[in-house]
Amino acid sequence: MDKQRIHTDPKHYSWLTERFSPPSPVAPCLLRSFWVGGLICVLAQLITDTGTCWLKMTARDASSLSSIVLVFLTALLTGLGVFDKLGKYAGAGTFVPITGFANAMVSPALEFRREGLVLGLGAKLFSIAGPVLVYGVGSSVVYGLIYALFIR
Amino acid sequence: MASKRIGLQTIELPLRPAITGCAACVGRKEGEGPLGEYFDFVAKDEMVGQETFELAEKQLYLDAIRKAISKGGSRPEEVQFLLGGDLLNQIITASFSARDLGIPFIGLYGACSTMAESLALGSMLLDGEHASQIVCAASSHFCTAERQYRYPLEFGTQRSPTAQWTVTGAGASLLNLSPAVPALAHVTQVCLGRVVDLGITDANNMGAAMAPAAADTLLAFFADTHTQPEDYDLIVTGDLGQVGHDLLMQLMREQRQPLPGDRYTDCGLLIYDRKAQDVHAGGSGCGCSASVLNAWLLPMLQRREIRRMLFMATGALMSLTSSQQGESIPGIAHAVLLESP
Repeated sequence: MDKQRIHTDPKHYSWLTERFSPPSPVAPCLLRSFWVGGLICVLAQLITDTGTCWLKMTARDASSLSSIVLVFLTALLTGLGVFDKLGKYAGAGTFVPITGFANAMVSPALEFRREGLVLGLGAKLFSIAGPVLVYGVGSSVVYGLIYALFIR
Repeated sequence: MASKRIGLQTIELPLRPAITGCAACVGRKEGEGPLGEYFDFVAKDEMVGQETFELAEKQLYLDAIRKAISKGGSRPEEVQFLLGGDLLNQIITASFSARDLGIPFIGLYGACSTMAESLALGSMLLDGEHASQIVCAASSHFCTAERQYRYPLEFGTQRSPTAQWTVTGAGASLLNLSPAVPALAHVTQVCLGRVVDLGITDANNMGAAMAPAAADTLLAFFADTHTQPEDYDLIVTGDLGQVGHDLLMQLMREQRQPLPGDRYTDCGLLIYDRKAQDVHAGGSGCGCSASVLNAWLLPMLQRREIRRMLFMATGALMSLTSSQQGESIPGIAHAVLLESP
């Protein structure tokens, strides 16, 4: 065997890498995302109930109010530099609710402001949320077609 | 013929270019790490008094170069080449610094291997008597690297345990062929590495992607020089982090040239307190090996605490485009043998 060169089979190396790479701590991560995510949902429900019970809103308006408040709070916390720490702690707990969407819009807006309002902020605003929008809207169109043609 | 070559990849430098000045300027997090007191300058925040993160990185780069030149008893006008690079697209930190300094500039891109690459090439230029004073530099900045390679800073995500933390910092060394001031160390041999790729595609596990290249360069160097790991007081890799460090030890064991645990370390493990500073597998980036070498390792050679040190910086040669297209990550490692005066 030539001592000058490395002779490691990529398959063996992939196995080695797996062995030496620490896994993500799944149990604590799940726990944290469930309690933070759950708390966000409870907060949203509280806002919705406040809308319907106290402010005499329709259920539809109250859920819009809830979204608006959550998006605003996330944007504010992102701007204050707090939300990324919360996201690091909670993972999917903050990412899956509408708070994740708001953070995905506001963080590139802050980050790329230096590159200008058009080519920086404007162009990068949807850099993370864009794919979600494209496939979210796209799949709702497909679903709408199926609904209109076969179900109604 | 090419009489300075030994073996397949190694080059002997009989004129023993000296490193006479070194400096490292870093960010706040690095200043709070175990090596904090050894850095020449620790910034109060990541902006370093500048308008943008990119300008902040350039400021650290300029400061490190100016300090290294003055500590080496020289002036920028006397330095004949600036060899350097960084991680940003079109290596703007290095070239914009070169614009401010007015030193003839050779821009290098070796990803995180840039510090060793610039030292190797600089020493060869000196040994070939094409110059008498050369400054070598490399830098990275957490915020500029994040926004170029990953997500906006305020985006709330979790990092994988194998991920590394990009060092905010710049390091510079002044190489001198016939120094008027005492040398810190001499560059006596260099080994320029091959690009090695064992198929790692996970951009959150750079250590694993680069470890095979590190092993390849080490094996070549030991074979060329007929030496073994025990012949060196210290072998230091650039930014393999914990995962890459362990993998390199394993690869070398499998090649029957095990690295002695007490004589092998990695700059990515030295620069942070991994547990307290939440950096997962350790530090990374050009600035990692550059700042640790210039703040901590070179002074150790100068004090003769160690005599022979093999400094080997490793780089992952992928881009955002290649990663998105599913290509694996090629690694490279360049080694420089530094001896105390």
